[in-house]
Amino acid sequence: MTTTPETPNGVLERSERYRARVAEIVAQYPEPHSAILPLAHLAQDHDGWLSLEAMEEIAEACGTTPADVQGVCSFYTMYKRRPCGKLVVSVCTNVTCLVLGGPEVLEHLEHHYAADPDVTVEEVECLAACDRAPVLQVNYEYHDHVTNETATQIVDEYKAGTRAARGVSGGKVKV
Amino acid sequence: MTDEAPPQEPVRKEVRETRIVSRRVRAFPDDGHTMERALADGAYELWREVLRRADTKWIHDEVKASGLRGRGGANFPTAIKWESLPDVFPRYLVVNADEGEPSTFKDRLLLEGDPHALIEGVCIEAYRMASNLAFIYVRGEFALGADRVAQAIADAKAKGFLGTNILGSGFDLEVVVHRGAGAYICGEESALIESLEGKRGMPRIKPPLPIHVGVYGKPTVVNNVETICTIPQILKMGGAEYAKLGVNRSTGTRLVAVSGHVERAGVYELELGMTFRDIIYDIAGGIRGGKELRFFLPGGASFQWLVNRPEHLDQVYDIDDVVAKLGTSLGSGAIMVYDQDTDPLMVAWRLAKFYAHESCGKCTPCREGTGWLEKVLYRMSHGLGRPDDMDALLDISVGMSPDVLRAPFTQTTICPLGPSPVSAVASLQKYFRAEVDAACSIGAGVTP
Repeated sequence: MTTTPETPNGVLERSERYRARVAEIVAQYPEPHSAILPLAHLAQDHDGWLSLEAMEEIAEACGTTPADVQGVCSFYTMYKRRPCGKLVVSVCTNVTCLVLGGPEVLEHLEHHYAADPDVTVEEVECLAACDRAPVLQVNYEYHDHVTNETATQIVDEYKAGTRAARGVSGGKVKV
Repeated sequence: MTDEAPPQEPVRKEVRETRIVSRRVRAFPDDGHTMERALADGAYELWREVLRRADTKWIHDEVKASGLRGRGGANFPTAIKWESLPDVFPRYLVVNADEGEPSTFKDRLLLEGDPHALIEGVCIEAYRMASNLAFIYVRGEFALGADRVAQAIADAKAKGFLGTNILGSGFDLEVVVHRGAGAYICGEESALIESLEGKRGMPRIKPPLPIHVGVYGKPTVVNNVETICTIPQILKMGGAEYAKLGVNRSTGTRLVAVSGHVERAGVYELELGMTFRDIIYDIAGGIRGGKELRFFLPGGASFQWLVNRPEHLDQVYDIDDVVAKLGTSLGSGAIMVYDQDTDPLMVAWRLAKFYAHESCGKCTPCREGTGWLEKVLYRMSHGLGRPDDMDALLDISVGMSPDVLRAPFTQTTICPLGPSPVSAVASLQKYFRAEVDAACSIGAGVTP
């Protein structure tokens, strides 16, 4: 993921509460530069991804350059620097899930939601729930002992709104 | 080690759980994380007592007497780490809750199930080291864990256990939850500090150690979640009493995460000194479906494997003895178990893929080596192996960990991520060389 496609402004409207939250986060730290990661989570939960515009905004809040913020954010796999589905489905295929069916669930979900713009399926490293493998997360909410059937059922419930989803960064969608 | 008396032959421990750190989580699985339940269960009583006492040296002395060693994987004595703290202010306490080692899931249990134990531990340790600001670096994927800890902080603040002039003592403490964003390397303490400062999570060259030059260039104590949660328990029962548990220099209990092909996977709090056989067969119920054990990883993903041999299964769960006798480590306290049908090449490949993905790219041997190990192991594990592939793996490994088979491993990189995947290569060489060669011989697969 090295480029960001040309998109209209990727930043949704910022409410007063949002701005207050930004100030609150920056004030937690002795140095504002520390706020880059939490502000990126905040923007991603709010906007649905982490756009260039959002990173420029973070740079301003943290007293640094947009290039610095991009350089930092590109290091971390949780930041989606391209638009993604409103549901990020993270399937573990690390060693315990590997031998208990994780890769099969991943393949199934990748095919099942290949044409669905609302769902982004990704392979991730160990999610620290190996006692309940195979494991996946939907927007960082755990679902364990999954099979092809239960996995699609869970994702569909989130899609239908019968399960409340977190933001794509695992936090609150609206501040 | 060599100057000390030879370790005594350990007394066999009773095979059962000893719930000290995990007591509240297990007693109240549904609401142990709430302030109401935690208070009713005696949370923060010790914190009041600590604030009432004039000095703080007793905290250090009790922890030192307990023999507590860091539970994050390096097993360094906690009190000794504290002793290096220079007389410089401000100073910071950082809790390492970036649990990312494959198969390790003990800290998440505490974060989600008993956050008030963590906060109480943070209060006591911050007070001891005279720090007014503590950070809890929670792995990004732990959304629920971060929520529960943040809620616990808010509730503790509302009750006056945190904030300014805590319980009238004049001591101020703020605790900040800092979420990571998906990088295993940030579990390494200097990379964690970089990440906390809003940078790419790349380890720093040491020295200086974080205890001298840490967050914002100030002295910083970095302790694991389980370590911090253990401190109040040690103070309650007394260091000497805690040290009676365990074996030799491995005192007390550890949260052991058992996973893979066992009947009852899970986190168990065990007194150190049982054998791997006790843990795999008695505690975790043995191998699923009545199958045979093939091999197991005794301490997370980064150390050499053990196999189905009496001398491995009857090895005592003792931090130093495991290193001395079998050249591996208890690491982060995770045991991964694989049955007779598991292909060791497949496991080695997936671990190499993990390290290749998680290498931060700072040191050349790791950035390049992890990628090459992954590429070669991929073809070996997918029926495309070549006859000299095992030797190629060993050759690549030399650049990352010069004495490939030696354990604990040697390293050519700033942090131990580089040599970690070499442990899997060394294990293949030591225990599975014949099978690997057979699987990679001409005609075994489709040799290109």
